[in-house]
Amino acid sequence: MPQDEHKEGIGGMMNPTRYGIERVAYLLMRLSGLGLLAYFVAHIYETSNILRGQVGWNEFLELTQTTEGHLFLAIVIAMCVFHTVNGIRVMLGHGGVGVGKPARPDYPYDPASQNYRHKIGIYSSIVLAAVAAMYGLAVMFGE
Amino acid sequence: MAQVSSTSNEQSSTAKSITLKISRYNPEHDESSQFMEFNVKYEKWTTVLEAILDVKKHFDHSVAVRYSCRQATCGSCGMIINGKPRLACFTKISELDSDVVTVEPMNNFPVIRDLAVKFEKLFDSHQKIKPYLIRDDTELVSDEKEFLQTPEEVEQYIQFANCIKCGLCNSACPTMATDSSFVGPQALAQAYRYVADSRDKGKDSRLKIIDDSHGIWRCHFAGSCSQVCPKGVDPAMGIQLLRGYMLGFRS
Ligand code: HEM
Ligand code: SF4
Ligand code: FES
Repeated sequence: MPQDEHKEGIGGMMNPTRYGIERVAYLLMRLSGLGLLAYFVAHIYETSNILRGQVGWNEFLELTQTTEGHLFLAIVIAMCVFHTVNGIRVMLGHGGVGVGKPARPDYPYDPASQNYRHKIGIYSSIVLAAVAAMYGLAVMFGE
Repeated sequence: MAQVSSTSNEQSSTAKSITLKISRYNPEHDESSQFMEFNVKYEKWTTVLEAILDVKKHFDHSVAVRYSCRQATCGSCGMIINGKPRLACFTKISELDSDVVTVEPMNNFPVIRDLAVKFEKLFDSHQKIKPYLIRDDTELVSDEKEFLQTPEEVEQYIQFANCIKCGLCNSACPTMATDSSFVGPQALAQAYRYVADSRDKGKDSRLKIIDDSHGIWRCHFAGSCSQVCPKGVDPAMGIQLLRGYMLGFRS
């Protein structure tokens, strides 16, 4: 029998409660990436309705004119903004930008890579996503 | 299996007490792990390791725990304490601020028994990144007595040289949680430790080793490794700086 590796599994990977805002951003980045991918596929399908002519197109478009449709689009807007802004932060971080400089560590060993620059990046992407979604809702429900 | 016991008669009456829940599991004959509970007295300075050793001394010697230095130097006593990977010898009960202290074996390491886990994979990954200076000449034959470094050059890698191979970072890492083949933050941070050393000439061969589908590219910079590291290594920083070389952001 192969040895049980005692891995934490998907539940542990997804758990955002233990390791600060950075781990929350990690989860939101994954969820929004997958959400956008799903939206992208649905979007291709939706726009393919144009092949059914103007009537079919308008019929389908009416789905987005409902309350549920508005809320759904607001979530898409939020995912888009968060994923893009946080994505830029992550790409910079992956290139070693803003992750701090090596130095002789001193107690209590606060890790320099978990610094305010990246925290500001995370909080701004969350705030911008919320603002964009609210603006979207205001436009859609204000018609 | 639950059992409530107390060491009260052994200790001074000024001490407070907590419930210590120890995960018991022997893969050879247990289906799953179970907690045993003990009532343990503690002082402001009592560490979780001391509490576990207290239990071993007074109630149940069969509790399996690995330790040696008791001073955050040997890297043996990593375990999950109240939900997070920590060194038992470096975690005071008083700082946990809880009446119940739960200790479990580290995640992402196979359990040998109770709190003791297997380190083979961590050591293999560590070895894989060639954790030694690579160069053609040696200090022994060259005319110079030693390879000199400026304090600034030492500063480039010394924080990463603090690693005690305790594995807490690998236990906190979200990629490690699902990917058995991932090389892990511990080894990646050590790859950076040698790449950043001005005496080392092995950069190209090391970068080739970690440029793998289960290598450095599996890191998503979640940073949990750095948040649990007890020695200030900050593996996440080392990994991103290393990836900076590979992506051409740095030279
Ligand atoms: C300008 C816009 C975008 C930027 C800057 C961006 C950036 C990124 C970055 C940096 C990652 C890696 C995150 C990590 O390492 O944890 C990522 C992941 C991902 N992105 Fe995007 N992205 C963008 C647009 C999109 C779009 C439009 C889609 C969907 C069609 C998408 C789908 C995904 C998916 C599925 C992942 C993988 C998620 C994961 O496994 O964690 N992204 N993106
Ligand atoms: S990097 Fe830190 S947490 Fe990881 S093994 Fe080394 S000392 Fe332990
Ligand atoms: S006993 Fe050595 S690190 Fe804890």
